[in-house]
Amino acid sequence: MLKHLTGSEIVCEALIKEGVSVVFGIPGGAILPLYGVLSKYPALRHILTRHEQGAAHAADGYARSTGTVGVAFATSGPGATNLVTGLATAMMDSVPMVAITGQVGRAAIGTDAFQEADITGATMPVTKHNYLVMRADDLGRTVHEAFHIARTGRPGPVLIDIPKDVFIEMGEYDPDESIDLPGYSVPGMADEAQIDAAAALINQAERPVILAGHGVVLSRSFDELRELAEKAQIPVVTTLLGISSFPEDHVLSTGFPGMHGMAYASLAIDQADLIINFGSRFDDRIVGDAQRFSTGSKKIHVDIDPAEINKTIHVEAPVVGNIKDVFGQLLPKVKKTTHVEWLQHVEHLKAEHPSLRIPESDRLMGQHVVKALSDVTKGDAIITTGVGQHQMWAAQHYQFKNANSWLSSGGAGTMGYEVPSAIGAQVGNPDKLVWSICGDGGFQMTMMELATVVENQLPIKYAILNNNHLGMITQWQSFFYDGDYQAETYTGNPDFVKLAEAYGIKGIRVTSQDELESAIREANAHEGPVVVDFVIEKVDDLYPMIPVGQSIEELIEDPN
Amino acid sequence: MAETANGTFQRTIAALVQDRPGVLARIAGLFRRRGFNIASLAVGRSERSGLSRMTFVVEGPEEVVRQVAAQLDRLIDVVEVHDITEQNIVWRELALIKVRANAGKRGEILELANIFRVNVIDIGVESLTMEISGGRQKIDSLIELLRKFGLEEVIRTGRVATLRGTLVEGEDDGLFQSDASKSTYTLPTATGESGSV
Repeated sequence: MLKHLTGSEIVCEALIKEGVSVVFGIPGGAILPLYGVLSKYPALRHILTRHEQGAAHAADGYARSTGTVGVAFATSGPGATNLVTGLATAMMDSVPMVAITGQVGRAAIGTDAFQEADITGATMPVTKHNYLVMRADDLGRTVHEAFHIARTGRPGPVLIDIPKDVFIEMGEYDPDESIDLPGYSVPGMADEAQIDAAAALINQAERPVILAGHGVVLSRSFDELRELAEKAQIPVVTTLLGISSFPEDHVLSTGFPGMHGMAYASLAIDQADLIINFGSRFDDRIVGDAQRFSTGSKKIHVDIDPAEINKTIHVEAPVVGNIKDVFGQLLPKVKKTTHVEWLQHVEHLKAEHPSLRIPESDRLMGQHVVKALSDVTKGDAIITTGVGQHQMWAAQHYQFKNANSWLSSGGAGTMGYEVPSAIGAQVGNPDKLVWSICGDGGFQMTMMELATVVENQLPIKYAILNNNHLGMITQWQSFFYDGDYQAETYTGNPDFVKLAEAYGIKGIRVTSQDELESAIREANAHEGPVVVDFVIEKVDDLYPMIPVGQSIEELIEDPN
Repeated sequence: MAETANGTFQRTIAALVQDRPGVLARIAGLFRRRGFNIASLAVGRSERSGLSRMTFVVEGPEEVVRQVAAQLDRLIDVVEVHDITEQNIVWRELALIKVRANAGKRGEILELANIFRVNVIDIGVESLTMEISGGRQKIDSLIELLRKFGLEEVIRTGRVATLRGTLVEGEDDGLFQSDASKSTYTLPTATGESGSV
């Protein structure tokens, strides 16, 4: 049924038709006409963030934790450019998002008008696709196309830029119009020949390893992954973004590999005769030196994006398709087997290279904090992190029990992701416990969003691993720059407890191991948000470590 | 795949793209950020309304240029893309050459034009302009031969290419690129719903 509506109304009706119930954003001049109709659409809950980057990361956290498309609103010019880091973060990690930005009026485009920015030009490299919509008649179709593109295939962010007068213009909206994208196809089942080739390699392998990437999480193939691993008794290594795709208390769980991953995971990959990669793009943090990466193995690469095949690592058996479908095709062709010797060897690797040693120290260390969080929450919380040492300690020491409970900026490595992504995760999962593990550096990049937390009464628990340092920078300057420490010490940190209290948030400070458990329990028991300032040891290098561009041969397990 | 003098590789890519503002910018941006070097580019409206055809010749290290078609295919505005490097193709380039030609030299130049089956499209008192299409070598040879008369202007297009209609190998003036049976590279495939939903 054709509807005659304003551009703003078309956008809202199309969003509702796409199942959107929450939008994160901040208004500004060019997008005001859209805000002007929000009161007519109570089904759209608008969460006002304090910075557009926060809106983008919150939409990202919402999307990752719920499996639906996250939505962010921003105005033209600086509002739109402030989204860019959030879009780049989502793009690198294939997160489905739709960003709607206001643009200056059509007549002013290209005149360097007030708050004008060429946001479609600026975001081409960091979006899966973007649109500048010049007619209200095109808005409905564009919104539906954008959601289709964002959530299907290899997911990603899509931006729709809408001039102010297009929001106001009357246009036709046909909610039942089908969309036609001749240049866009969505891989489903894989070619049978590719499946057969992969199954044959799996059935022949003596030392296979599954490398489970973000694709397993994005396609929600947790049960299928487990079924395949158990049927053929294959150890499962999860990538950083594949963490929580496989239960970590499972006997086949073999940690995460790479630069700061578990040594036994990297060793298992190095010694395998077959790598079965489900939805990982063989990132450089896993591979290191591509010439020396697992040279004794054949490789199967299952990916929905054909451009990832042979991009960095040559593979013998590419399988292009939706991972969930591919599991369905592969499972009946993979023979039930045991790899007794190999599994014993992997167990031996785990025992010989425990990788998760917590330093023996009377002081409070980052590892103590994450271990205590894991124990007290029984691995049951949704964890978000920023980027740096705290992120790696979280990845190493939190034992994830639930599927898809780990949200971290893997590809982009965005400091500051931790604060707003937790907002998105808590809004999308109001009944779950959300812990954001923060560095004191990253926390200060987006801590203005504490106001958003308070305003929306979100019971998020923030754990700041506070060492008054950019810890990873300190470590790299120590390792690679002869200890020439520059710009790594934070001498101006605020009192985070008082800061929390200034926002009306409960603040707790922890300075010793003895206080850990009770503080975490107190935070969990508190109904509202909590900021816990964990004052940890100033300098504590992160191990294991494979220096950048190197291989397993250069692995530094733990010099202590 | 043709290896160039400096050890890099060339691939010829044919694409059908949406005829919309910004499409060229999307493609150029992709090439820039992925480190693909465009040796030549030809764009024009195709036989299908709303769609343009682009022919790229890209240069770079072998592993990099093999990625070009796959990366292009990720763009929503790219409707079809084929890496036709190792396919049975015909391709042409076009050049307009303005050469100094007074009455005394005109006869000699026209004789050359005749041998090359070139059209003379403009004659002035002191110069003439000819149009040549064909393979790169043929155009290069003519330009070299005309150099001694004094070249005023040389304008060359990028390569346009299409798959041959039959598998019969005809007479060829160096345009026929390679044997179709040597084709080794096919894009990874997936069966899936395509197009509209």
